[in-house]
Amino acid sequence: MTGSVSRRGALCIGMGAAAVVTLGRVTVAFASATDDAIAAFTGGADAKSGKIAVTAPEIAENGNTVPIEVAVDSAMDGDDMVEEVIILADGNPNPGVATFKFSPLSAEAAASTRVRLAQTQNIVAVAKMKDGTFYQDARSVKVTIGGCGG
Amino acid sequence: MAKIKPRVKVPKKADIGEIITIKTLISHPMESGQRKDKKTGETIPRNIVNSFTASFNGEPVFEAVVEPAVSANPYFEFQMRVPAAGEMAFKWIADDGEVYETSKKIKVG
Amino acid sequence: MISRREFVQAGMAATALTGLGGGWSRAAANQVLTQDALIGMKPVGNVTILHITDIHAQMKPIYFREPSVNLGVGMAEGHPPHVTGRAFLDHFGIEPGSPHAYALSSVDFAALAGEYGKMGGLDRASTVINAIRAERPDALLLDGGDTWQGSYTANQTKGQDMITVMNALKPDAMTAHWEFTYGGDYVRKVAEALDFPLLGANIFDAEWDEPAYEGVTYFERGGAKIAVIGQAFPYMPIANPRWMFPELSFGIREKRLVELVGEAREEEGAAAVILLSHNGFDVDRKLASRVDGIDVILTGHTHDAFPEPLMVEGTMLIASGSNGKFISRLDLDVREGEVKDFGYRLIPVFSDVIAPDPAIAALIDEQRAPYEDELARVIGQTDGTLYRRGNFNGTWDDVICDALLSQRDAEIALSPGFRWGTSVPAGSDVTVEDLHNATAMTYPSAYRTEMSGEMLKLILEDVSDNIFNPDPYYQQGGDMVRVGGMGYRIDVRAPAGERISGMTHLASGEPIEASRDYVVSGWASVNEETTGPAIWDVVEAHFTDIGTVAPNGQAAIDIVL
Repeated sequence: MTGSVSRRGALCIGMGAAAVVTLGRVTVAFASATDDAIAAFTGGADAKSGKIAVTAPEIAENGNTVPIEVAVDSAMDGDDMVEEVIILADGNPNPGVATFKFSPLSAEAAASTRVRLAQTQNIVAVAKMKDGTFYQDARSVKVTIGGCGG
Repeated sequence: MAKIKPRVKVPKKADIGEIITIKTLISHPMESGQRKDKKTGETIPRNIVNSFTASFNGEPVFEAVVEPAVSANPYFEFQMRVPAAGEMAFKWIADDGEVYETSKKIKVG
Repeated sequence: MISRREFVQAGMAATALTGLGGGWSRAAANQVLTQDALIGMKPVGNVTILHITDIHAQMKPIYFREPSVNLGVGMAEGHPPHVTGRAFLDHFGIEPGSPHAYALSSVDFAALAGEYGKMGGLDRASTVINAIRAERPDALLLDGGDTWQGSYTANQTKGQDMITVMNALKPDAMTAHWEFTYGGDYVRKVAEALDFPLLGANIFDAEWDEPAYEGVTYFERGGAKIAVIGQAFPYMPIANPRWMFPELSFGIREKRLVELVGEAREEEGAAAVILLSHNGFDVDRKLASRVDGIDVILTGHTHDAFPEPLMVEGTMLIASGSNGKFISRLDLDVREGEVKDFGYRLIPVFSDVIAPDPAIAALIDEQRAPYEDELARVIGQTDGTLYRRGNFNGTWDDVICDALLSQRDAEIALSPGFRWGTSVPAGSDVTVEDLHNATAMTYPSAYRTEMSGEMLKLILEDVSDNIFNPDPYYQQGGDMVRVGGMGYRIDVRAPAGERISGMTHLASGEPIEASRDYVVSGWASVNEETTGPAIWDVVEAHFTDIGTVAPNGQAAIDIVL
């Protein structure tokens, strides 16, 4: 993902990731790999919206290192516990990003990392709760070759 | 390769029950296994930090299973409710078998 | 905060009191503009805020033609600032040909420029500020950023000319954008030496993700606590070269703003919260609809000027223009922990009407003295008005693109859609100062390279999405990349990746082929390794070759409406 940058020549152009050639679209193949990864994680169970939130910049400053945060609304106590959260990037050739595992010492089921995004795409996160339910959220991040600030 | 050194930010002191934020960084190229060597044209073998764990007085706090899509110099930020004084231990494991470790003491009161 | 209903009442009251535009109309009716008529306003309440933004290093009066094309998409469509020309005048009830019309719109610009003359000049701005401070000694002066860049002397001195002159005007806070193109360390050092804070709630260190600049500052005025939160340009590392400030990260960071507003209101007991913003107008309009507790957003970046505030969900948005053309005066009545009433006046700085402050005039001349001969050197003439502002090619851009095509022997030219760049009236000499007002910046190399037709399409699509994405949070401000040697069709309402069609190589009349490589020349690349002569040398050589430019403003761009 830090490949050739020989095409970078145009004005105002600051490609975060070199692989910008597929603009603004997520190919079906990658998206279905994401669906497969979610199904493998949930065992086919339904992942509801709510409880989980993905935070990411609207536009990546640098596609090679995009800060993302996942946070799950949970008391992290007793049965109200998040076991793990899987994070996927649905426009990368391999959608897997990371799996976060929390514990009773985690005061909040929230964590951040930085990821590589090959193109404009969604960061998808799915939380597995101790009671066997799943929650899902997604956030679109634009990876751009840049505009011209006024 | 430059010496790989983890860095962590942990409050030195906290109250019991206080929620603290912990930030960690490790300088590592996170070689994805997708890149080709410009001179030889051969694929550079994958070598990423594939696992990160943080524990407190031996109890797990936070763990990440890591894929190549995590950026070079992997960064993790998470929270902990401080149960007592003690030591926070951090461990990064890379594909090449290298294990990087560091720890920080937290006082209470 | 002012409720929507209260705003309507307050707005009517303010109109009645200050006669939004009334002062100007009266002056125009009497065929005289006077300094008192321009500045005068019946004071309201106990707090006065002065806002100036996007000066782009214009210390002297300038011509600046407002856009004739400024298309809005999504919820912004058809709303200011996305109404231009005659529609803008109709929207705000401004009489064509009036001083108001000249200052705020592109209608009859060339003719009215002759009648009303240049606008701005920091010596005139000082007169306005002093007059208001005489009445309200503790008026706050807030600078929205893009202050240190945009002129020959600023580029020569790394903005020190502007820093010196602005310091003399005694601002109370500023935020930033182009300032950072002098380098992250440089801005840090300059900011530390200022007598006022450079605020940026959204400026973080890239490594540990912690605030790198102060986000908020507080003022006690008229017995009330006022919070001023600063918001720097969110897309700094994308729109400008990231390598110049690698240690910093920006972004809109709405969550951080919510935290700071909460802190200001609940912990600090602020009765009014002001956001000094360089987000751009559409971003601020969305922000106002999502973040509670902000009374006023002093907008910037997109260079819009409105004669009255725009209200969004209890937040007042002020648009104070650019290049020193205007100063906003906003009076607030802050009592019992909230804003009860307001008065507003967009003060147009007509340079022939408002007398220069001699002390500031001398200070400006002192900054320029080492460069006066070069600034005044004539490089050629223009038959038509030269301007940049607008969504697509302006006439200055056409001249720059022609220069790139001929001087760099290219098939296609690309020039950035910056919103800065002053205007030169038809029939004028073009000086080094004029040229640099349209080009002065710290990464001016004019590259020459090959690009495939596919790559050119990608660039047009990508830049257009940064302007016409229906969600303002995905826009960066700026205007469309300017092109020479190539025509295209654009449907701004189409989805990302599908807006551009009909790309044509003008010299041959043939369609641009995806797989063919074209020789392309452009400037202002954000890549560190870009090489080539400075754009101003390229354009000057073009003037030397042809003497007089005759831009007709007929770029081969077909806009689907």
